[in-house]
Amino acid sequence: MELFKEDKVYNFLGKGKIFFVASFVLFFLAIAIVAIKGFSFGIDFTGGTVVQVKYTQDAPIDKIRESLKKSELFEHASVSEFGSSQEVVIKTPSSTVALGHDIGDTTKEILKGTGDFEIRRVDMVGPKVGDELRVKGLSAFFLTLLAIMATVTFRYEWRFALAAIIAIVHDIVITFGFVAYFEVDFNIESIAALLMILGYSIHDTIIVYDRVREHIEESKETDFVMIINEAVSRTQSRTTLTSLTVFFVVLTLFVFGGDIMLGFSFPMLIGVIVGTYSSIFVAAQLVVWTGFSVADYRQRMAEKVKNRAEKEKMRAQYESGVM
Amino acid sequence: MRMKLNYRIVILAIATIFGVFFSAPSLLQLQDGKKITLGLDLQGGLHMLLGVKTEEATASRIKSIAASIKNFTEKKDILLGNLDFDDSSVSFTLLDADDAKHIQEFLKKVEGMTVSANGENFSLTLTEEEKIKTQKQSIDQAIETIRNRLDQFGLSEPTVARQGNEAILVELAGIKTVEEEQRARELISRAAKLELMAVDEDRAARVNTMSAADATSYGDVILEDVKNPQMKYLVHSIPILDGGMLTNASMGFDQNNRPLINFTLNAEGAEIFGDFTGRSVGKRLAVVLDGKVYSAPNINERIGGGSGQISGSYTVEEAKDLAIALRSGSLLVPIYVMEKRSVGPSLGADSIRASLLALVSGFVLVILFMIFYYGLAGVIATFAVVVNLFIILAMISLLGATLTLPGMAGIVLHIGLAVDANIIINERIREGLRAGVPVSRAIAEGYQKAMRAILDSNITQILACTILYAYGTGAIKGFAVTLSMGILASMLTAIVGTYGIYQFYMSRIEKDKNYTLWFGMTRKGA
Repeated sequence: MELFKEDKVYNFLGKGKIFFVASFVLFFLAIAIVAIKGFSFGIDFTGGTVVQVKYTQDAPIDKIRESLKKSELFEHASVSEFGSSQEVVIKTPSSTVALGHDIGDTTKEILKGTGDFEIRRVDMVGPKVGDELRVKGLSAFFLTLLAIMATVTFRYEWRFALAAIIAIVHDIVITFGFVAYFEVDFNIESIAALLMILGYSIHDTIIVYDRVREHIEESKETDFVMIINEAVSRTQSRTTLTSLTVFFVVLTLFVFGGDIMLGFSFPMLIGVIVGTYSSIFVAAQLVVWTGFSVADYRQRMAEKVKNRAEKEKMRAQYESGVM
Repeated sequence: MRMKLNYRIVILAIATIFGVFFSAPSLLQLQDGKKITLGLDLQGGLHMLLGVKTEEATASRIKSIAASIKNFTEKKDILLGNLDFDDSSVSFTLLDADDAKHIQEFLKKVEGMTVSANGENFSLTLTEEEKIKTQKQSIDQAIETIRNRLDQFGLSEPTVARQGNEAILVELAGIKTVEEEQRARELISRAAKLELMAVDEDRAARVNTMSAADATSYGDVILEDVKNPQMKYLVHSIPILDGGMLTNASMGFDQNNRPLINFTLNAEGAEIFGDFTGRSVGKRLAVVLDGKVYSAPNINERIGGGSGQISGSYTVEEAKDLAIALRSGSLLVPIYVMEKRSVGPSLGADSIRASLLALVSGFVLVILFMIFYYGLAGVIATFAVVVNLFIILAMISLLGATLTLPGMAGIVLHIGLAVDANIIINERIREGLRAGVPVSRAIAEGYQKAMRAILDSNITQILACTILYAYGTGAIKGFAVTLSMGILASMLTAIVGTYGIYQFYMSRIEKDKNYTLWFGMTRKGA
C-alpha cells in the first residue's frame, strides 16, 4: 500500500503564511491559557497528599466528604472518582512530617464506618521536595535544549539548530496549553512527557533536515524553497507513518493506562500531533527565515573538500620526500 | 533456492538468542537466572524520603559532654558550683581552684571543643568544624541505624541510602498491608533513646507543684510515666548513662509471663552503673526511654555485671520491635518525612495489567499496520521489533535495573519509535525501486542513506535520555533507562539485523521481482 506519490513535490512553503499564522495564533493562545488558567499542579510540585481508596461497593462520595470535615488536615481536600465508581481519590494540600502516624493513617481512621474499603495508595510530598523538583525539571529541560542546539549545530548548521529549537518550543508550549486547558494534573510524569515530546519533535525534525542536507549536497537546485519543498515531500510518507505508529501506541497508553498515567499519556498524545505538524510545516520553513543561503553552504562545503584535498596532497608530497 | 549466510544475520541471530535467553527467567518466572526487579509502583511497597534534623545532633553531643564532665568530677571528688549547657556550649564553675589542673587535663581529651578558662569559670564551645562533622555523622548514624532495624525486621532487601545532603531514601518492597506498613514506619521512627537517670530524692516530693523552669534551676527535669501521664518524676537532667553503652537488648518475660526487655551494658557502662548504684543505695533509678519513664525501682544494693530490664505493658510484637530498636542503636537525631509514596500490591497488579494491555494492543496495532502497508518488509520489521523487546527485557534483568510504571510506558512508547528506523529504510528502498534501480542496489543504498538520518536523530534522543536520567528521580530514571536501551537495541536490530535478512533472501527477491509482496508497493517494479 502507498499513501503518498513519492515523485510528486508538494508546495508546502507556498502555503507557508497560512501555517505561520495558525502556529502563531495557537502558540499565543496556549500562552494565554496557561497564564490565565495556570496548571493544576499535582502534589509532586505543590506538596500535599493523595490517598486512593477502593471500596467493595460504589464509593459513598458524599459520606466520605462529610467524614473528612472532621479533620482540619482535610480542610481544603477534594474527593473525586478515579477510574471506576468504586474508587476515589482524596487530595489535600496538607502533609504531615511524623513518621510513625501520618496522614494516611488519619485518613483510614476517619473513613472507618463509610463502608468496606482498602487504601491502595498514599502519596505524600512535603513542600520542600516540590520546589527542588521544579528546579530540577526546568534545568533538565534547558540542558536538553542546549545539548540539541549543540549537536544540530555540529552536524548541520546553527540556523538549522535555531529553527529546530523554535519548533520544539512551539510544540511544547502548544501541548501544555492543552494540558492547562483540560486541567490535566501536572506531575513528575508530565515532565517526562515534556522531555519525550522534545525528543520526538527533534527526531522528526532531523529526519527532514537530513533530506534537506542531502538535496543541497547532491542536487543542482539553488532555490532553497524548492529544496525544502522537495525534502518535506519526500519525507512526508515516513513522517506520517511513524507519527501514526507512535500515535497508536500513545493512544493505547491513553486509553488503557488509566487515570494514573494521564499526566504522561495526555501531553504525549497532543505532543505527537503537534510535533508531526511542526516538522512538516514549521521546522524547515523556519530555516528559510533565518536567512540560510544554499550558495554559501555549498561554497563552504567545497572549501572543506578543497582543504582536505590540499592537506592530503601536502601529506603525500611530504611522505614522498618532495618538500 | 540458495540463501546467503552473512555476518549481519549472524549478529541478529546472536542478539535474538541473547534476548530470549536472558529475558526468559523474567517472562516465564523461572526459578533460576536473574529476573527483572519490579519497581515499588508495580509490585507494591513503601517509598520514603526522610529528612534529618541535624541541628539536634549538636545539642545531643553537648549533652553527652556535660554527662562525661559530671561523671569525671564525681569520680575524682571534684566539687562543681554549677554545670549548665545549652545548644552549643557547656559551662561550669569549680568550687576549689586547686582542682583546675585536674580538670584541664581531662578537658584536653575532649575533642572538637574550644575551651576557655577564666579562673574557676570554664566554658566549652563546639567548633564550627566539629559542628559540621557531628551533623554529617548524625546522618550516617541514622542511615546505619535504620538499615539495622529494617534488616532485623525481616523484610526482603530494604533500600536505605543517602540522597542529596540531608535526606535518606528508604524503599521497602513487599509490604502487604497498611498495618504492616505502619509498623515498619513506627520501627524506623522510634528514637529508642535509653537513658538511666537518677531521681532527685531531695526534691521529689514537690514534683507535682514544681514548674518546668523551677526544675531546670535545680538541674533537674520533670518526666512523665509512660502508662500514666499524671504520674511525674523529678530526675537529674544529666543522665547517668545512655543507650550508647548498650551491647544487647532482647525480649524476655517476667515472672507473670508478661513481655519485657532485657539489656546488657558494655564494660564502661557496667562500671559507671556499678559505681552509681553503689553510691546511691536507697534512692530510685529511673529507666527512661524516649523521654518517658518506664520504671523507677529502688536501688537496694550495688548492681554489678551491667544488665537490667525495662518493664512496661507491651504486647509481644511491641516488645520485639522495641528490642530491635534498642539493639540497633538509638537514633541520635529526630527524622521526619519529606516524601512518602505507598502503593498497595493490588494497585501494583492493576498497573501491570493496564500497561501490559497497552503494550500488547499498541504492539498489535503497529504490527497490523506495518504488514498491511509494507508486506513482507513489514513482517521483517515486526520481527526486528520483537527481538528488540526481548533485548530490552534481557538488558533490564542483566543490569539489575528496576522496571517502573513510567519504565513500562517507555517500552510501550518505544515500540512506536522502533519501527521508525524500518519505515525510513523501507521508504528509501521503495524510492530506489521506483527510480528503476536494481533491487540489491536499492536495498544497499536505502540502508546507507537512511543510516545517517537514523544515527543523527538517535544520538540526540540518547542525549535527552541521559539528561533525563541525571535529573530525574527514581521512577523517571526507569523511564530513561528503558527508552535508551530500546534506542540502542533498535539500532542493532533495525540497521544491522533487517539488512541481514534482506541479504539472506536476496537471490529470491531478485528472482521473483514481486515488490508488492516484498515491499508492499502498489506498482510492480521494473
